[in-house]
Formats: sequence, structure tokens, C-alpha cells
Amino acid sequence: MTKNWWKIIASVLVLYSIIGGLLIEVPSLPILHESIRNLYFHVPMWFTMIILYLVSVIYSIKYLSSGNENDDLLAVESVNAGIIFGFLGLLTGMIWANYTWGDPWPNDPKLNSAAISTLMYMAYLVLRNSLEEEQKRARISAIYNIFAFPVMIVLLFILPRMTDSLHPGNGGNPGFGGYDLDDNMRWVFYPACLGWIMLGVWIATLRYRIRKLENSQLDS
Amino acid sequence: MKKSVFLFLTIIVLAQTVLAQNSGAVEMADTMRDSGKIYVVVAVISIIFIGIVAYLFSIDKRVKKVEKGNG
Repeated sequence: MTKNWWKIIASVLVLYSIIGGLLIEVPSLPILHESIRNLYFHVPMWFTMIILYLVSVIYSIKYLSSGNENDDLLAVESVNAGIIFGFLGLLTGMIWANYTWGDPWPNDPKLNSAAISTLMYMAYLVLRNSLEEEQKRARISAIYNIFAFPVMIVLLFILPRMTDSLHPGNGGNPGFGGYDLDDNMRWVFYPACLGWIMLGVWIATLRYRIRKLENSQLDS
Repeated sequence: MKKSVFLFLTIIVLAQTVLAQNSGAVEMADTMRDSGKIYVVVAVISIIFIGIVAYLFSIDKRVKKVEKGNG
């Protein structure tokens, strides 16, 4: 993962999504107007966060079976990077909501769920910091992480779909893929998601490598 | 005479509703795009993003260097 080619691909994809996202024609829809372009930037934040949390939970499971400290470090640094994307998603969503739904926080079930899941992962970091002994910390936080991930999925993808929600794809609303996302938009949206996910993984691995260096310095 | 006035008024009312419908069309920033200045924004955002990515690459390089020194 220290090779450069996939980092270059990630950068090029995101750069393409910025240029294409602002210039390529989008469908004219009421209320949304040009703000539909936010789809290329706001939604990939959440996808990146979810993938990073997924990476984290995989390494937490791996830690429990291997006991390798590096797996634990990768798990925590993935959450550290994922939480940044979660906050970016919340903030960009609030700006978008303010101009389309008329309120930065319209108490939409998806918004509240997103806030709860972000707090849940912050609790994970707090839990880690509150435990002194390394192996105990790694084990307890790995178990917490394994429980937190499915709860996050339920909060973000299942509960909002069971009630009324302003978000597309929830509460009987058609998803963006239904009719809003035309072929032009797909050509920008999917590369944007892929690019941001790779960029997020890159940042997580950077943090992991720095953390590993810090640990090796502590040991010597 | 009365009939033609009525017809005239109906046409005006109809025309107005049609016009109102036209102006009710979704407003997009087409004129902004026509004026060409959106490219300035695209350039600015692109430069910011390229700068951040370059910075990330430089951090990556430094981490690699330290890793090699330790290993």
C-alpha cells in the first residue's frame, strides 16, 4: 500500500469530479437547481466514512484473532480518518439543507442518525483513551467497534427508511438513482465516490504509518 | 364587438399564464456558464485540491523516509 500509483489515481479521479462536477450539464430540478452538484461532493464523504469504518471493523476482528498490535493500530486510525469524513459530511449536508430544505438541521431522521453514529465513533476514541493497558485497550475497543459498526449501518440505512425522511431513498422517497441521477451525473458521481474513498484510505494509511513510527520510537 | 373584446382578453390571460409558466421554469446558472467565469471557480478549486494532494504526497514521502531510517 505504500506504492504511489493508486494515490495518483485517487487524486486524478477527485480532480476530474471537481472539474466535471462543476461544468458538466445536470438535470434542471426545482428546489435543487445547481445545488444538485453537491451530490458529487457531499455523498462521497459519507461513502468514504462508511468504507473507513468497514476497514476498521475488519481489522478489529483480525486483531481479536491474531492479537497483532498493528491490526489494532490500523483499526483506530481508520476510525480517526473516517470521523473527519463524517464531520465533513455533516457540515456540507447542513449547508445544503439550509438552502434546499430551509433549515440547517431539519430534524430529519437521517440527520439525527448520522449525528448519533458520529457520536458513537467518538465514544470509541474516548474509550480507547481511557484505558491504560495496551492489550486490554485493544481488545475492549475492538469488541466495541464490532458492535458499533452494525449499529451505524442500522442508523444510517435502515431506520431512516422506515419513517418519513427528506433524504432521497428514504421513507418512500425515490433514491437519487431513481430519476434524478441521469447518465451524465453517473459519469461524475461514481468516479467521485471511488476517488474520495481511495483518498480516505490513503489518509488512514498515512496516519497508521506515523502511529507505527511513534510506537517504535517509544519501544526503543 | 363585445365578443372580440372578450376573445382578446382571453388571449391575453392565456398568454400571461403561458408566460408565467415559462418564467416558472427551473432556474439554472446557465448565464453564468455562458459568461465563462465559472471556469475561474473551477480553476481555483482545482488548484486548492492539487495543492492539498501535493502536500499529502510530501507527507507520504517524509513518512517513507523516516520508515526507511528506522528499518
